[in-house]
Amino acid sequence: MIKVTRFLCAAFVMHAGAAFADDTAPDKVMYEDFSVQASLTGKAGDPVEGAKVFKDRGLGNCLACHQNADMSGDLFHGTVGPAVDGVADRWEPAQLRAIVSDAKQVFGEETVMPGFYSLKVGKDVAKDKAGKTILSAQQVEDVVAYLATLKE
Amino acid sequence: MRHSLAIVGLGMMMAALQMPLTAQADPVDDALVIDDLEMVTRTKAPEGHPFDEVRSGWLYREAETRELEADSFQNPGMLYVEQGADIWNRIEGPEGKSCASCHNDAAVTMKGVGANYPKWDADAKRPINVELQIDKCRVENMGLEAYKFDHAEQKALTTYIKNQALGEPVKLDLSQGELQSWWDRGKELYYTRTGQLNFACASCHEANSGQYIRADHLSQGQANGFPTYRLKQADMVSLHNRFRGCIRDTRAEFPKAFSDELMALEVYVTWRGTGLSVETPSVRQ
Ligand code: HEC
Ligand code: HEC
Ligand code: HEC
Repeated sequence: MIKVTRFLCAAFVMHAGAAFADDTAPDKVMYEDFSVQASLTGKAGDPVEGAKVFKDRGLGNCLACHQNADMSGDLFHGTVGPAVDGVADRWEPAQLRAIVSDAKQVFGEETVMPGFYSLKVGKDVAKDKAGKTILSAQQVEDVVAYLATLKE
Repeated sequence: MRHSLAIVGLGMMMAALQMPLTAQADPVDDALVIDDLEMVTRTKAPEGHPFDEVRSGWLYREAETRELEADSFQNPGMLYVEQGADIWNRIEGPEGKSCASCHNDAAVTMKGVGANYPKWDADAKRPINVELQIDKCRVENMGLEAYKFDHAEQKALTTYIKNQALGEPVKLDLSQGELQSWWDRGKELYYTRTGQLNFACASCHEANSGQYIRADHLSQGQANGFPTYRLKQADMVSLHNRFRGCIRDTRAEFPKAFSDELMALEVYVTWRGTGLSVETPSVRQ
C-alpha cells in the first residue's frame, strides 16, 4: 500500500510540477453536500497569495469572469459570473473550496466556470497541460482563504 | 496641482472601471453604413437557431472600432482589398494567366459570390471555402501551387473576393451535396467542450454573448466579416486563424486550418449568421 501511494505520488509530481506529496489528488477530493471539508494540503491558505491567484491571467484569472470591488484598482472585470463581493457571507469556506476545485460539483454540468482542481476537463487538452490541474492544491487553498475575507 | 491631477486620474480610472461594471449586456443600437450602403447587422434568426436575433460582431465593439469599419477610406482592411485586386490582375505561372484572364472584372463576376460560401465541392466531396476555391483555381487552372495557410496573398485575395459581396446577406444552400451532414458535424463541435478550461464555443458566444470576459465584450462569434482586420495584430485575420485562436484559448490542441473539423465549423458558424451582411473587411479590436 505504502509503495503504491509512493508510486502514485511520484507519478503525480512528475505530471503536475507544483504538487506535493501530502496534497489530496484531484480525483480523491471528497465532495459532500456541495462542500469539501478537508484542506487539500493540510496547510492554511494565504489570502495575500490568493489575491494574486485571483487576478493573475496565467493562474486563476477569476477577474476575467467576476467583478470584485476589492480589486477596484485593476481594470477590466468580467461579468460572466456574479460579483464576488460579500461572497464569504453567502458561502462557507468548505463550500468555496468545492466551488473553486470543481464548480460542476456545486453548480451542475452546465456551468462555464472551470474546475480549477479537477482532471475532468474538455477534449484535446493542450499537450503541455495534459494531466495537470489549472491550479495547485495550495493555490486553491490560498484563493479560498482570500475569498473568505470578502465580507460585506 | 499634483494633488488634483491624482484625483482626476483616480476618477478616470473609476470611470473606466465602471464601464464593464455598469455597461448593459446589450450591444449598441447603431446603424452600419459603408459607402452609402446600409449593412444588416441585426436580423431575425433562421428556423432552428438558438437565438431570436442574429447580430453582427460590429455591434459589440467600441465606438472608435465601429467608426473605422464604417469609413472605407480609414478602414485598414481596404489596403488588403487593393492588394487583392493587384493579385487578381497579375499574370502568374506556366499558363501565363491571371485570375482576370478567366473571370474578368471581379466587380461583376464575383459580385455577391462570397455570401454563399462554404459551398459543396463535388470533386473533393467536401465543403469548399473561398480560400480553397482560390487554391483550386491556382492548381487546376494556372499550374501553380496552393497557398500556404495564411499566406499574405491568400488573405488579400480572399478579402478582395469577399469584399465583392459587401452588403449581401449571408446565405448557404445546405441542400448541396452532403453539406447538411457537415452542418450537423459543425453543430456538434460547437457544443463540445475542449481544453483544460473546458469551454465550448457556445460557452462564450451563446451562453454569455453580451457579457464581458475581462476587457472583451463577447459577441455571437459571427463569421460574416472575415477576413477581419484586427487592431491588436495590425493585420488581416482569417476565419480559421480566429477559430484556432478561440480553441487555443481553452487550452486545447487545435485542428489544422481547412481540416474536416474546421470546415464543418465554418459551415455551421456561417449558417448561424444567416441574413447578416457580408462586412469584409470588418474591423475588430
Ligand atoms: C469563465 C468564467 C469564470 C471563471 C474564469 C471563474 N468563474 Fe467563478 N463563476 C462563474 C459563473 C458563471 C458562476 C455562477 C455559477 C453558474 O451560474 O454556473 C461562478 C460562481 C462563482 C462563485 C459563487 C459566487 C456566488 O456569489 O454565488 C465563486 C465564489 C466563484 N465563482 C469563484 C471563482 C474563483 C475564485 C475563480 C478563479 C479561481 C473563478 N470563480 C473563476 C464563472 C467563472
Ligand atoms: C483558366 C481559367 C481560370 C483561371 C485562371 C482562374 N479561374 Fe477561377 N474558376 C474557373 C472556373 C472554370 C471556375 C468554375 C466555374 C464554375 O463552375 O462555377 C472557377 C471558379 C472560381 C470561383 C468560384 C466562383 C463561384 O461562383 O463560386 C472563384 C472564387 C474563383 N474561381 C477565383 C479565382 C481566382 C482568385 C483566380 C486567380 C488566383 C482564378 N479563379 C483563376 C476558371 C479559372
Ligand atoms: C473563452 C471564451 C471563448 C470561447 C470558448 C470561444 N471564443 Fe470565439 N471569441 C472570444 C472572444 C473574447 C472574441 C472577441 C470578441 C467577440 O467578438 O466576442 C471571439 C471572437 C470570435 C469570432 C469573431 C467574431 C467577430 O465578429 O469578428 C468568431 C468567428 C469566433 N470567436 C468563433 C468561435 C468558435 C467557432 C469557437 C469554438 C471553437 C469560439 N469562438 C470559442 C471568446 C471565445
